[in-house]
Amino acid sequence: MIRVIGLEVMKIATKPRSYIGFLAIAIIISIIEFALYVDGKAYLEFITQSIEQTFYFEGNILNGYLVALIILSTLIIQIPLLIALVTGDLVSGEAASGTIRILLTKPISRMKILWAKFAAGGIYTGLILIWLGSLALGVGVILFGTGDLVALRSDGLVVLPADDVLWRFGAALSISYVSLMVVTSLSLMLSCFSDNSIGPIITTMAIIILFTIIGTMDVPVLDRIKPFLFTTHMIIWKNMFDNPLSVEVIRSSAIILLAHIGIFMGIATYRFTTKDILS
Amino acid sequence: MSSLPIIEIKSLVKVFGAFKAVDNLSFTVFKGDVFGFLGPNGAGKSSTIRMMLSLINPTAGEISIFGKSLLNHRKSILEKIGSIVEKPDFYPHLSAERNLLIFATMSGVSVTRKKVHEVLELVGLKGRERDKIKNYSHGMKQRLGIAQTLIHDPELIILDEPTTGLDPQGIIDIRNLILYLKNEKGKTIVLSSHILSEVELIATRMVIINKGKSMAEGSVKELLNSEDLVISINVDNPLKAMNLLEASPWSKSAKIETSSIVLHAAHEDIPEINRILMQGSLKVYGIESRRKLEDYFLKLLQEAV
Repeated sequence: MIRVIGLEVMKIATKPRSYIGFLAIAIIISIIEFALYVDGKAYLEFITQSIEQTFYFEGNILNGYLVALIILSTLIIQIPLLIALVTGDLVSGEAASGTIRILLTKPISRMKILWAKFAAGGIYTGLILIWLGSLALGVGVILFGTGDLVALRSDGLVVLPADDVLWRFGAALSISYVSLMVVTSLSLMLSCFSDNSIGPIITTMAIIILFTIIGTMDVPVLDRIKPFLFTTHMIIWKNMFDNPLSVEVIRSSAIILLAHIGIFMGIATYRFTTKDILS
Repeated sequence: MSSLPIIEIKSLVKVFGAFKAVDNLSFTVFKGDVFGFLGPNGAGKSSTIRMMLSLINPTAGEISIFGKSLLNHRKSILEKIGSIVEKPDFYPHLSAERNLLIFATMSGVSVTRKKVHEVLELVGLKGRERDKIKNYSHGMKQRLGIAQTLIHDPELIILDEPTTGLDPQGIIDIRNLILYLKNEKGKTIVLSSHILSEVELIATRMVIINKGKSMAEGSVKELLNSEDLVISINVDNPLKAMNLLEASPWSKSAKIETSSIVLHAAHEDIPEINRILMQGSLKVYGIESRRKLEDYFLKLLQEAV
């Protein structure tokens, strides 16, 4: 199984499209960090204007930690697209290119092939997230230094001491990994139903957009389904910057996200192991 | 050639919606056969081959390969099969060498680069091992497809249209390679092809299918010998020749083709036909007899219509 996963990782690594995500993240982070470096104070005044009369800030508020948090808040919404671009192609790309005909005549079970692709997709997702986190945090700290983190939440403000911040970024990226793996499993599932690469990628994004819209609509009838939409729980990483941590909320979100992964991969497994290869 | 069955297809059926692609098909491939799998477009050849390779699931029927049910022993059976299904496709951004290493690994064997290079040399791709597939021509991909079937040294090779898109030299090379694999390596080969003359040259046994059903199965030699010869007679006046032969038993199949008449008759009938034409004061410039798979194939299809 390890060798098959290795081959799947190698296939991803040798495709030019796999680097679009890394390049896009690097460009976007560079632009944001440059903009904040040049005009950060004005930006900070803008976002803190509502609480300026209540609070007095002293010290380096615009530090690397805050910059990293701003970047994560901005980019985490776009990351699913970059991931689906690769993972939505894992099965359908083989069908489109015809290589699936050779692949599935080999003495290896279809389930192994699918789960190796899932594992490879998971490795790619992890690398994208590590790249995002290390660039946001690393470059942020180099350019802006460290300090206490002032995390603005919709319901208030959390100030976290500098020595209490790094593990929270680690935890936030970890729970983000779980939520992005939902996207990976969703796009892989859709990939099992398609013989072209574009369909699963677009459908994944369409589902995320639809669920996000449902999540933001204040209509009572939709309130019942909102807790079960994976998009509702994709922003749970922000809870890692609460003080104290809302462990129960994080745990239930993680369970719902894992359940989504299980359901999507269950459907994908059934489809992939029973489908007729006609391409 | 032995009488050990390698592939046994029994009452195979495949239905797509309302369309029956394969209809109660049965045939047997024996060890050491070069087995021709023939039929017109849409006859059900590809569907059958895909079922033999577990790419699609049969609606009904049984497939046994190496004496085991494909349904229950998929892995151990596929370990001993090399195949091309329709056109061979590879990872275009990878080299031929890398592609073969991937498929060898997926076949459960560990091969050295030396082995990869040997196989590529065998199919005439020496010197192009490191080239990316996106730079390969169609013919080169066909050759690489054959290499892919051989990389794990299988006992049974299933080739679906292996010469499509090849130039004449390429077709000859593949023909010689198939004969080498049969004669020198003892492989059993199933060959699906539209090029009937190729199949005729190398196949030992064959099945002809149409609309998913078997129309004829057996030794190529026996099947062709069971039919009359196609005799082409070059005469100075084909119309008069047709009139002279009107009362003969061969008139039913006789027709004019340019300056010749073509008819179906047994080998021993040739002198009698020649005598009738000579007695009618016709100049006979030549009599050519042939027994071609193409004629047999077309005759079977016409009978089916």
